Amino acid sequence: MSNAAQILPPLAERHTLLGWARKNLFNTWGNALLTLLTGWLVLWSGRALLVWAFTAAEWGVIAANLRLILLGQYPIANVWRLWVSLQLLAFLVGNSLAIWGRNVRRISLALAAAPLLLALLPFGLQPRLWLAGLTFFGIVGWALGRPAGPRQRRIVLLGWAIWPFIFILLLRGLTPPEGRLPLVPTNLWGGLLLTFLLTVVGIVFSFPLGVLLALGRRSRLGAVRWFSIFYIEVIRGVPLITILFMAQLMLPLFLPSGLTIDRVLRAMVGITLFSAAYLAENVRGGLQAIPTGQFEAAYAVGLNGLQTMGLIILPQALRLVIPILVGQFIALYKDTALVAIVGLLDLLGIAKTVLAQPEFLGLQREVYAFISMLYWVFSYAMSYVSQRLEVSLGVGKR
Amino acid sequence: MQSAETQTAAIPIWRDERYLNLLGQAIFAVVILAAGYYLYRNMEAGLRRQGTTLGFGFIQGTSGFDIAETLFEYSRSSTFWQAFQVGLLNTLLVSVVGILFSTILGVILGVARLAANPLVRWLATGYLELMRNLSLLVFLVFWYLGVFLKLPKIKEAVIWPGPTFLTNRGIAIPWGVPTETFPAYRLILALGVLAAILIAAALHARGRRTGKPPLTILWAGASFVVVVVLGWFALPAAPLAWDLPYPEGLRIAGGKIFTPEFMALVSGLVLYTAAFIGEVVRAGIQAVSRGQVEAARAIGLTGFQTLRLVIFPQALRVIIPPLTSQYLNLAKNSSLAIAIGYPDVFYVSNTILNQSGRAVEMITLVMLTYLLFSLITSAFMNWYNRRIQLVER
Repeated sequence: MSNAAQILPPLAERHTLLGWARKNLFNTWGNALLTLLTGWLVLWSGRALLVWAFTAAEWGVIAANLRLILLGQYPIANVWRLWVSLQLLAFLVGNSLAIWGRNVRRISLALAAAPLLLALLPFGLQPRLWLAGLTFFGIVGWALGRPAGPRQRRIVLLGWAIWPFIFILLLRGLTPPEGRLPLVPTNLWGGLLLTFLLTVVGIVFSFPLGVLLALGRRSRLGAVRWFSIFYIEVIRGVPLITILFMAQLMLPLFLPSGLTIDRVLRAMVGITLFSAAYLAENVRGGLQAIPTGQFEAAYAVGLNGLQTMGLIILPQALRLVIPILVGQFIALYKDTALVAIVGLLDLLGIAKTVLAQPEFLGLQREVYAFISMLYWVFSYAMSYVSQRLEVSLGVGKR
Repeated sequence: MQSAETQTAAIPIWRDERYLNLLGQAIFAVVILAAGYYLYRNMEAGLRRQGTTLGFGFIQGTSGFDIAETLFEYSRSSTFWQAFQVGLLNTLLVSVVGILFSTILGVILGVARLAANPLVRWLATGYLELMRNLSLLVFLVFWYLGVFLKLPKIKEAVIWPGPTFLTNRGIAIPWGVPTETFPAYRLILALGVLAAILIAAALHARGRRTGKPPLTILWAGASFVVVVVLGWFALPAAPLAWDLPYPEGLRIAGGKIFTPEFMALVSGLVLYTAAFIGEVVRAGIQAVSRGQVEAARAIGLTGFQTLRLVIFPQALRVIIPPLTSQYLNLAKNSSLAIAIGYPDVFYVSNTILNQSGRAVEMITLVMLTYLLFSLITSAFMNWYNRRIQLVER
């Protein structure tokens, strides 16, 4: 490829659009026909989409229900707690980008600008201030992360590990209603917030479980190995929705009488159990890629089995599979929509609530298109950022 | 490790790895079994409080509910078990049709991703990026509520040539209805299959003898088509009568009507899965090294021969394993039918569950069904994969 690129094309083809088109799009009859056909398809569908989006669609339903779509029925008085955890997240992201993302300047800038652009939308004063805060804390984190040493890296990693728990704690609250951090019952959690929460919980809890299962599958102990294989293969052989139904209907039966867990928690258990099996298989792939010499060397320097795994094998194996894990977490984010089927009010579930309002009947296209777009934007952004970070870190390659 | 004598001296039992292994396994097994037993006891007690016990006897009871789409005779006086079978067949139908079409679309997308024409390449890439980042369930719901149910009413139906009626009650297309010569035509179809097999075997044998790779599939297919077409006209009356759909009051009569649920589910699954299959196909084609193509050209193969004899067989080896998992994903994803009301096995089982109150049994049954389905598919694909794998010397 690089050789071919060095031989410059003739001037006429290099500089004019027409020359380029003639060489690439209309060089043979067949190709010209293909070009016309594809071009017609693109123009026709693009035009239909634009005409619908700008003339026929009634986007008022989104504007009127934006809060519901984003937060569900989370009480307004407590929304500041979500903002605080988001500020922390922005700080962590800025910090991490400064440490690891040296070559992804454009993404960093886009991330910093995104909240400011959102603040241009007609929100009230408070959301705008919070959004500006996101940019501010992101930049502060970035500035602090610039002269990073190994110690700071460890602190940032620790921050990532405890952030989900701070998020959940702030979201849920601690004290009775009259206290500083009143409890918010889970039936008020909804919308994008619930989708995010399910994703975060799924990632955080399925990770250790999945690593344990992967180790179990490679264990020398037959009983442990067979149990892990059985668990992984059964879970991978059935659809997520059956696991979610099992969690909703059978989990309460498994618990001793008197102990009940609420529906959101049940869905979390289901998602975690499901995701762990897939994660285990991915981690196993990484474990298998570690050469035996690494084990032998670890034993030779006198490490015991646990130390070998924890200090030598797992760090290398996990590093190898980071790209695959990111892909799996994106899939998990998209899969959380299934909790709508068991009646939770996540992003998809809340759409039904929005559409049930008498003044917004029949606007399925607008609502579901908007929700699809939300899923698309976050999923695309995650995969794009992770791909660029992988390139700049050389993850997955040695 | 201090000296050689520790190795000769008997190892004490608490440091002997064999015993420790056994002990570890025993402890693990006891913990798992105890936990399982504890959960089972809780479940039994919980069920007793609800006044039921475990057992599949209920499945012979009368179902008492209707199913919108059935592939065989079923009514509300049929049993739960028959209802379950209706759902099972519907799932199989959706899976088979979905796999077929998503493979076709996926291969087209994969090839388009590598096309020389930049416009085609961009379109394919754009489609892939669009689909891969959507949530399948959200897309299905949008596809069903926002597209198929928003089609015009029957009176204002969009009519495509055929005639094909696009309405919010379904899509009707012309369909063949068997006439009295159809049983005879079945024999001719069998004859066509026989002819195709014979020709394929003969060509294969000749290919072995002469060393020239024959176009087996092309000739076998052609012979089948010739026999079948000749047979159609040889019979005194056409074996299938053309049944055209036409609007009749508030419904469409004649032809074959595909419900919006079926169409939305199948086309949604196909559009989504094809994007992933496209990536699998592209990766497979790219995995064949350039040297292979150049070598094929050097020994004088034409472009098509290179594709058929060199690129394709090698790409297939890379493609089959991930393709299998995409097929399995499609089959499992068909359970999302419950969100749009197509009576697949999961939807029907959920109805049975609500009717009979047998949550544990029905969830177990559904899980076993999907597991069996996965096992059969992966067994078949593994067998096929072994057959086409490189035989290393």
